[in-house]
Amino acid sequence: MQEDKLIIKGIEFKSRLWIGTGKYKDFDETAKAVEASGSDVVTVAVRRVNITDRKSPNLLDYIDPKKYKILPNTAGCYTVEDALRYSRLAREAGVSDMIKLEVIGDDKTLFPDNIGLLKATEILAKEGFIVFPYTNDDPIIAKRLEDAGAAAVMPLGAPIGSGLGIRNPYNIKIILEAAKVPIIVDAGVGTASDATVAMELGCDAVLINTAIAGAKDPISMAKAMKYAVIAGRLAFKAGRIPKKLYATASSPLEGMLI
Amino acid sequence: MIIKLNGQDYKTEKQTLSELLSELAILPEHVAVELNLRIIKRADLPTQTLKEGDTVEIINFVGGGNY
Repeated sequence: MQEDKLIIKGIEFKSRLWIGTGKYKDFDETAKAVEASGSDVVTVAVRRVNITDRKSPNLLDYIDPKKYKILPNTAGCYTVEDALRYSRLAREAGVSDMIKLEVIGDDKTLFPDNIGLLKATEILAKEGFIVFPYTNDDPIIAKRLEDAGAAAVMPLGAPIGSGLGIRNPYNIKIILEAAKVPIIVDAGVGTASDATVAMELGCDAVLINTAIAGAKDPISMAKAMKYAVIAGRLAFKAGRIPKKLYATASSPLEGMLI
Repeated sequence: MIIKLNGQDYKTEKQTLSELLSELAILPEHVAVELNLRIIKRADLPTQTLKEGDTVEIINFVGGGNY
């Protein structure tokens, strides 16, 4: 198969599976799951350094920034101001201009506040950030985010951590049709087939955290996701057959005994 | 002097942010420092002085996916 690389703003991504690093038992398990997933992109949160316990381990001792692309996020931010503050801190602490932008609207659904998200995307893109906004599966806001300078748009498949899969594949399809930037499903994937569905629809990548970290065996699930994403991408590129109501024989009728 | 460090009162005699970081055994790589809501570039940490009542935030990356 010819090379099928994902390139965003000149950055080459080897994997179309992006990994979240939350909820793992410990950093050792995180590192093993990331390794098993074959991913080269990990998203991380921005938080205060633990001042009182300086012996607590650091995530970056386990996830080597030379080996993986570190994608900081603004997880936990409910306002534009907070999201901007976390983004700027992340850029100073990190090694790139990439930011997975979240402006959360409500703590029950964790749906994004799209008005704040659009505003923050616009400001950060102007400041030279490579912005990956987490948004709803809404084609209009996806387009608006693209116009505001988003490097890629990350619609949810279902609420964060819900594992409900791709709840509205038709919307994702509409988003994909209109998009000029890569579309990366962020949130909602529950198991391998969900990741495959996202990729079969034509998404450019999938970001997964809870489905792997929360699985009984996260390392095996990471591996399952790796193949699920590859399978979905290959199927998309190969072009599936149309769905039909009735059977079509796949063996020739010629040469039958009657 | 007493400063507000990551949300808590902290007593230090260190004069600059660099010195404060080494007192805390924190390597400047992979952290970002904010002084009174202003981000201090890594290169400026050695020259940025501290005064009584300053608010200092030191952040790093932790495990996280969404939210």
